[in-house]
Amino acid sequence: MAVVKLQRPQLKLGEKIYFGALIKGFILTLGHAIRSLRGKSVGAKDLESSGLGVTMQFPEQRWDSHLPDYYRGAPALVTDEQGRERCVSCQLCEFICPPKAIRITPGEIPSDDPWAKVEKRPKEFEIDMIRCIYCGMCEEVCPEQAIYLRKDYLITGLKRADMLHDKKKLYEIGGVRTGLVNKWNELK
Amino acid sequence: MPELIFQLAIILTKIVTLTFIVVLPLVPLSVYFERRFSAIIQDRVGPNRVGIPLSLLGFKKDFHMFGLVQPMADGLKLFLKEDFTPAHVRKAFYWLAPALTVIPALITVCVVPFGSPISILGHAEKLVIADIDAGPLFVFAVSSLTVYGITLAGWSSNSKFPFIGGVRSTAQMISYEISLGLSIIPVLLYFGDLNLSKIVQHQADNGWLLLPFWKDGKIGLPDLQTAMFWIPAFIAFLIFTVSIFAETNRMPFDLPECETELVGGYHTEYSSMKFALFFMGEYAAMVIGSALIITLFLGGWSVGFGLDQYISQLHIGSFHFGGLIHMGCFLTKLLAFILFFILVRWTVPRFRYDQLMKLGWVIFFEAALINVFLAALIIAAPSLSTPIIAAGAILLAVVTGAIIWVAKVSEDQPKPLRA
Repeated sequence: MAVVKLQRPQLKLGEKIYFGALIKGFILTLGHAIRSLRGKSVGAKDLESSGLGVTMQFPEQRWDSHLPDYYRGAPALVTDEQGRERCVSCQLCEFICPPKAIRITPGEIPSDDPWAKVEKRPKEFEIDMIRCIYCGMCEEVCPEQAIYLRKDYLITGLKRADMLHDKKKLYEIGGVRTGLVNKWNELK
Repeated sequence: MPELIFQLAIILTKIVTLTFIVVLPLVPLSVYFERRFSAIIQDRVGPNRVGIPLSLLGFKKDFHMFGLVQPMADGLKLFLKEDFTPAHVRKAFYWLAPALTVIPALITVCVVPFGSPISILGHAEKLVIADIDAGPLFVFAVSSLTVYGITLAGWSSNSKFPFIGGVRSTAQMISYEISLGLSIIPVLLYFGDLNLSKIVQHQADNGWLLLPFWKDGKIGLPDLQTAMFWIPAFIAFLIFTVSIFAETNRMPFDLPECETELVGGYHTEYSSMKFALFFMGEYAAMVIGSALIITLFLGGWSVGFGLDQYISQLHIGSFHFGGLIHMGCFLTKLLAFILFFILVRWTVPRFRYDQLMKLGWVIFFEAALINVFLAALIIAAPSLSTPIIAAGAILLAVVTGAIIWVAKVSEDQPKPLRA
């Protein structure tokens, strides 16, 4: 191994005395403190700061309106504009889910239902939000455009049962989604 | 006999009030300031939520108080944590060490003058627990006991990082104690007294050591001797302040506990309240260090600008309450200095160990030594004839030059035998 000789920089007298650098440092830190107190830190405006530093203070202020379109929040089931549950309980999402957070109990659609030819819909659809890793694979794998990752990120609960999203809750989060491919409609 | 009981009652009241009601709350307060001020320096917000939880009592909103209750919450957390004693430690010393860091810091409170005397019904009482004639010496003697706590903690933990931390602390304390002691000799020469109350009173009457712009209540420029003495006083102030930083293990000299190298340093193996005691001892030392700097150099409780005489005479009936105003002034100065401590922490990067030792032994020790003679020359000048002053000045310059030369020569690294 070659010996690399490190040449330390030769300090001038002013640099050796060190006080100049100290005072510069004080000006820098105090400048930050003063700007921070006035709410004029660099980037405070872009980050919508609370008026102290660049930080947004959470429960009062939220980043919601800045969330990008590709934001992956809580997964949820959607209905379409005809009020049909999109999910046909093919269980692909249950299969693909890496942490095995999804559990589907398939159910049959009764023959007197207008959508009887879809044949199946979930009887139970549970996503364990303690397990969910928000990877979005369920959305990607769904052949029916039935499950989507929404922008909801405040999934909290006081007990484990609260964190288990059942079918009702999932449709509540998902709501109605328009402009999807309606492949089960009658051909005109 | 009733006289004695009365005296004891007064002393006890003073101890309880000054130590446990004035100084001890300053510790969590400085922790709070540390967190908030460092947050502000780093463009953050810091803890601003913990307050009085009124919503637990059925009210609509909590009373957040800018997060001032945060240190209490932290303290409570530390009380509730598991107090774990590792199996490999030396129990007796392991238990003794945290107490040994806190107690000296709190004992030194007793010589700090908090304000001018308060008098009620013609009975004047000084706002200092022990008005002894060896103030600074007592502080040095007791506060250097703190190092036993740290060293014992490092050794008794029986683990490598705490051990290195403890050893570092010992070396650091010994090195900086010297410059700490030497640096205030000029100050003591100037005041001619070791009683901290008298030192502060002198500063209140004749201008603070670093701001000598009034005398006997009149604002004006200082005379030549006082003006000349400002130079050694300022050098003493610099050395003393930096040494206090080293003594209290604060950044930039927090080598005994530097997280990046030694995990947690001497308190790596401690948890729960024992750790909190170390923490408290450190902050208490910081408070006492600031108090000492303020007392010696920045006028202690004195408001300054010739107002002290007036404030001391304020009274309602026979109750002279000027001392309380002075105490407020003292605490304001103390908080300002604690904020300065925090500012330094986030400004100056940590020193390397050899740099620390070099600063202590090669620079501060010599500078403090020369400073003593410079101060002595300036103080003695009025009673000396001009040739002697000139000779003294030349001698001092020569010695200073020689010391700088030695320092410069010693800086040259020995050439490696084989390149």
